[in-house]
Order: sequence, then structure tokens, then C-alpha cells
Amino acid sequence: MKTVNIYGPGCARCETTGKMVKEVAARLGIEVEVLKVTDAKSMAMAGVMSTPGISVDGKLVHAGGLPDAGKLEGWLTT
Amino acid sequence: MTIETYDPAPPRGTPDWLWYLGVPTAAVALYLVYGQLIPFSEWVTSLFPVARDSHTGEAIAFFVYDVPKVLLLLTGIVFVTGVLRSWFSPEKTRAILAGKREIWGYPLASLLGVLTPFCSCSSVPLFIGFVSAGIPLGVTFSFLIAGPMVGPVGLGLLYGLVGWQIATLYLVFGFTIATVAGFVLGRMGLERHLQDWVRELNAGPVGDLPEEQLTLVDRLKIGAEQVREIVGKVWIWVLVGIGIGAAIHGYVPEAMMLQIMGGEAWWSVPVAVAVGVPMYTNAAGVIPIVEALLGKGAALGTTLAFMMSVIALSLPEMIILKQVLKLRLIAIFIAVVAGGILATGFLFNAIL
Repeated sequence: MKTVNIYGPGCARCETTGKMVKEVAARLGIEVEVLKVTDAKSMAMAGVMSTPGISVDGKLVHAGGLPDAGKLEGWLTT
Repeated sequence: MTIETYDPAPPRGTPDWLWYLGVPTAAVALYLVYGQLIPFSEWVTSLFPVARDSHTGEAIAFFVYDVPKVLLLLTGIVFVTGVLRSWFSPEKTRAILAGKREIWGYPLASLLGVLTPFCSCSSVPLFIGFVSAGIPLGVTFSFLIAGPMVGPVGLGLLYGLVGWQIATLYLVFGFTIATVAGFVLGRMGLERHLQDWVRELNAGPVGDLPEEQLTLVDRLKIGAEQVREIVGKVWIWVLVGIGIGAAIHGYVPEAMMLQIMGGEAWWSVPVAVAVGVPMYTNAAGVIPIVEALLGKGAALGTTLAFMMSVIALSLPEMIILKQVLKLRLIAIFIAVVAGGILATGFLFNAIL
């Protein structure tokens, strides 16, 4: 079970990112819990400056723009 | 272990050579179409049952010429900017600014504000990220002022619609205001007016992301994505702005414009700023109005002041910044930037 945080103020791209994570995880058969983090304080604490940001199990892997689906697989499987 | 490759949607599978071929082809096509806009707009105008030199005829011609022109220019500028900006990121900018002596920080922050891709929706995490990395508050403000004020969209449209001289003046003065306003704000020692939680925040280690390796095609894709996103969002502002510009161009008498926005009326500069600050549109919407105002003889300083205050200071951005700045600091911020804009307006009206 992996915990994925999506950091973003609720913009359209953040929603899409959350959906992508769920899709990729479902296809790979990985159990994930996707959490939306929308408050600025938590974003700052995680070191996110451009949104959407993604962290997997507490480790920041991406910030700014939609993630690449191929890379998303990599983050979820390692 | 092998990971099966995943193709989310067919359009993403566009082969690289198609990008290398398609982008130059699109550029040439845009250029050729651009050259045909005047005959096209005259032809469209002639279809209307009004005299070409009547008020309505003038307004229609302005509208049908400007709409395709602005949209074409916008597409080209946003694409090129998107590609160029793919070499920059807020993380890199922060690393550069955090290591600089303060005095060089201000102009550098203004410059990076223009080059770094960021949307106003992430200005709060960006603000905190900067301040917590030890970048002085004033330098952070220079960055945040320059970004929207001297954006490439505004500059490019100004260049296309009004001419390179005014675009250059705007660039120089927008850059100067961002640098000087940041410097002044930095000298005022305003840290105590940050929201309490921001001051107490001991931001942990900076998120250390491995730098993404992008190929040229990746960068072209970013440009195309930006076009889809930005042009898709601002076209309605463009239409409204050109509509207002067309009305001014066709119907407002020059004598009246000279009275209200001419160089003689000193009070017109503060009024232009006072009207511009609460107005919210983006550069793409306001520049067709600027074009029409200047065409009717409005003074350059007054018009520039209006344009700068519309673009640089906006209510939605202030509401976003309210999360990190106390009301008092927001008021000081607006006052300092508006002061710089006023000075610019007066200066141009005086020397031209």
C-alpha cells in the first residue's frame, strides 16, 4: 500500500494528475491511497513550489506540470 | 523485472519526426496567413452594408483585423515562450537567487521573474519556498512583480499591435519598477507583517528533485501544451478587449479623448491607475484597448500607467497573497508598485 500525495490548490491539472496516478496504479495492480493536499503550509513543508506536486510515501518525486505516464510507473514501482 | 510500456492515448504517440516537420510548417503557415490579414479584413468589412469610413465601418474593420491578428501572434508567442521557459523552473530560480548578494538579487529576480514559468495559482507555495530558502523578502517581491508585469504575452502583443518602440519602453520601465519596488520594500523591514505561521515556519529541507532530462521534442510538446492551455483560456478576454478597442476606435471622438487622456490633463495619470488597479484582465485583453487609446491621441504615459496597473496589480492575486501577507503588507505592496507606475506615467507625459 503506497500513499500518494497530490499537492495543488485544486486546479484542473491537479485533478488530472490524481486521476492519472489512480489509473496507472490500477493498471499495475498496485494499491494506492491518493490524498489531495491543498493548503499552502503543507505544500511549503513538503518543498513544493510549483503545482501539481507528487510525493510517494512521503518522498517528493515531481513538481510542476502534468507528470509523464512512464515516469509515474517508475515512481510507483520503486 | 520488466515494466510494460504504457501508452495513455494515441495522440501522445506522435513520432518525433512529425514534430520536427510540423513546427516549422506551422510557423510558415502562420506567417503567410498573417500577411493576408489586411486584405482579408477589408474584404470582410465590405460585406457589411455600411460605409467603410463611417463609425460602424471603422469599428468593424478594427475588430475583424485585430481578432485574427492577436490570436495568431498570441499562438506564436505562447509557443516560443513555452519552449524557452522549459529550461527554467522555480526550483532552479530559487537556487540561483539564494546564493546571490542582496544588491544583485533585485535585478536578477526581476529577470528570472520574466523567464520562470509559474502560474498565479502557485504563487503562495512559491513565495514560501523563496522566503524559507533565505531569499530576502524584497527580492521575492521583485520576482513576483516582474512575472506578470513584463510577461512575454504582453510584450509580444505590444510589439505586434503598437510598435517596437513602445514595447521596448514598456520592457525597460516594467523591469525597473519591479527592481526598484522590490528594493524599496526590502528596505522597509516588513518581515513582521508576514502572517504568523509563515514566520514560524521552519521549512524543512528543500525538496530536492532530480532534474528532468528533456529532449527537444519534449520541449516542443510543452510549447504546444501551453498554447492549448493559455490560448484556450484567454481568447474570450481577447475578444472582449478587441470589442472595446473597436468601439473606442470607431466612436470616441478624438477631441474628447484628448481632454480626458491627453498629456495636458495631469490628473489623468492617477485616475488611470485608480481605474486600472481593480480591473482584472490579462495582457491579451488590455493591449487592443491600449492600441485604440493611443490611436485616438491618448498620452503615452497615461496609457502605459493604465496598462501596467491593470496587468501588474490585480484583486485575485492579492486575495491569494493574503494567505501569507497581512493586510497591511498587501496595502504597502500595492502602494509602492502603484507609486512606481504613477512615476512612470508622469515621466512619459512630461518628456514626450
